[in-house]
Amino acid sequence: MNDKIKQHIDISQFERIGADTDGNKTVSGPNTSYWRDAVRRLSMNKAAMAAHIIIIIITLSSIIVPFFSPYTISEQHLSHTDAPIGFKDPTDGHIHLFGTDSLGRDIFTRVWYGGRISLSISLAAVLVNFIIGIIYGGIAGYAGGIVDNIMMRIIEIVNGIPYLIIVILLMMVLPAGTMTMVIAYATVGWTGMARLVRGQVMSLKEQDYVVAAKVMGAKPARIIGKHLLPNTLSVVIVNITLSIPNAIFTEAFLSYIGLGVPVPLASWGTLANEGSRVFQVYPSQLIIPAICISLTMLSFNLLGDGLRDALDPKLRR
Amino acid sequence: MIKYILKRIFYSFLTLLVLVTLTFFMMRLLPGDPFIGQKAIPETTLKALNEKYGLDKPMWQQLLIYMGNVFRGDLGISIHYNRPVNDIIKQAFPYSFDLGIRALIFATVMGILLGIVAAVKRGTHWDTMSMLLAIIGVSVPGFIVGSLLQYLFALKLTQWTGIRFFPNTGWDGFASKILPSFALSLSSLATVSRLMRTSMMDVLSQDYIKTAKSKGLSQKNIIWKHAVRNAIMPVITVLGPISAALLTGAFVVENIFSIPGMGKFFVYSIQTQDYTMISGTTLFYGAFLIVANLLVDLAYGFIDPRVKLNEVKE
Repeated sequence: MNDKIKQHIDISQFERIGADTDGNKTVSGPNTSYWRDAVRRLSMNKAAMAAHIIIIIITLSSIIVPFFSPYTISEQHLSHTDAPIGFKDPTDGHIHLFGTDSLGRDIFTRVWYGGRISLSISLAAVLVNFIIGIIYGGIAGYAGGIVDNIMMRIIEIVNGIPYLIIVILLMMVLPAGTMTMVIAYATVGWTGMARLVRGQVMSLKEQDYVVAAKVMGAKPARIIGKHLLPNTLSVVIVNITLSIPNAIFTEAFLSYIGLGVPVPLASWGTLANEGSRVFQVYPSQLIIPAICISLTMLSFNLLGDGLRDALDPKLRR
Repeated sequence: MIKYILKRIFYSFLTLLVLVTLTFFMMRLLPGDPFIGQKAIPETTLKALNEKYGLDKPMWQQLLIYMGNVFRGDLGISIHYNRPVNDIIKQAFPYSFDLGIRALIFATVMGILLGIVAAVKRGTHWDTMSMLLAIIGVSVPGFIVGSLLQYLFALKLTQWTGIRFFPNTGWDGFASKILPSFALSLSSLATVSRLMRTSMMDVLSQDYIKTAKSKGLSQKNIIWKHAVRNAIMPVITVLGPISAALLTGAFVVENIFSIPGMGKFFVYSIQTQDYTMISGTTLFYGAFLIVANLLVDLAYGFIDPRVKLNEVKE
């Protein structure tokens, strides 16, 4: 039968089209790793990217502006106090871009210098929380059993006390300064991260691939370093980003009620506090630091939300 | 269930104990002296003062006496005001509580409603608007909201229209309570609405909602009878932290609007290093919140049977 057909149909007159036998072995697109995919998703999120740009601008300005400003943060110009926005100094021709405060200090310089202090305190505090939290949570989650039970009860007790009250108490006991702020915040702020890491480690260590690694004789250090921590990383990054606004708020709150960094240093909270005294007459003196605080918190919140959407595989639709 | 309740009560008590000890030692570690700052005090007077306030006894004795007093409900005598701390709390706390409870109710009710609307009308302008409000609420600290509201609605609005809608300061009459309560509640409102939206979306994608839909139940029935009841659970868990945020947030809001609550006394006692006043206020607030957390936990245990199951599994 087949031979008969072959005789009638000359195969050489036909050309094979479609079904490319070699083609189906090649991969159409380049391989995307988890992180590259996350970056791609994040860059499609307009709000998060805008927030990212704002954060970069604010950070760079905080670093650069105090170097180039003709004024220092505590330099007083008593001839023109409470000057309006964009005031031009008649004596030396410099412009007070954001005006001056009640002591004639240049607000533009103070705002960016305050940004340095507020941002560095917040970042340092969050970093300390991250280190304590990941170690504490990692141990509790990996050890499990009674160790975990005791460690979690300690967290429960620390959490039971309202954190701002403890921070206020600590701020009073320790000498005033930027380091104190970091310590005070880190004393109570690590519990969230520890809980998060512990929960992640707990659920991950039951996963089949971790059990498989264990069966194959991997040591705990390798399991933790190679399997558990990298897989908690995405959740941890989101948590870090979202706890920065919290730290900024705490710093601003403490400075606002008068427990902040000592003079002549000034953070955004200190500026807001000073501005609120003359707010009814010179609203710009409060509004400027208020915008800085809110915009930074907003940007970190938006970026954190964007990161969470980009990094959480469960949300992919 | 009894075991669960007893366990929660035990931990609350332990937390309270830790708080009392911590407060005591921190007060003693403070630099400075409560009798400093006034005129030079003769040696004998100083000794008599130290004796009067029990500051001459060894540390552990002071701690035990202090604990005993605290658990009997005696928070000591304010060094600065020369009045029992209990008295001051009794006089000032009702204002703070009034403010706090108004903010709490407003934040939870509005937050839940906004969250439901955002989840049900997901992807529409309603969703965008309420989530925009939520993210702004989370990002703008209460003291800024308070100052701005005061400036715009109490000061400028009165100047523009010539009619005083909201008084600038004080806590007297309904109109004066609107701005402070709103300023205080905004961030909690935002937290609740974000949480409610996530939880509601989660519930709405469950199978039993699809079943209800395919049975032909109306949208209204599905949302209110089936979805909201289950979605509201996570909101109850954050009521504890939210009350903490509201009480501490009230410190600054009370300052801005000159409300005669605890905020004024607390901030002032920090500046004057009034040991007993600070520790008394801290303990009172701590205990208040610990009890609030306990109630929330217990309520949660009663409402959601799954909590107990999880406890057993642990």
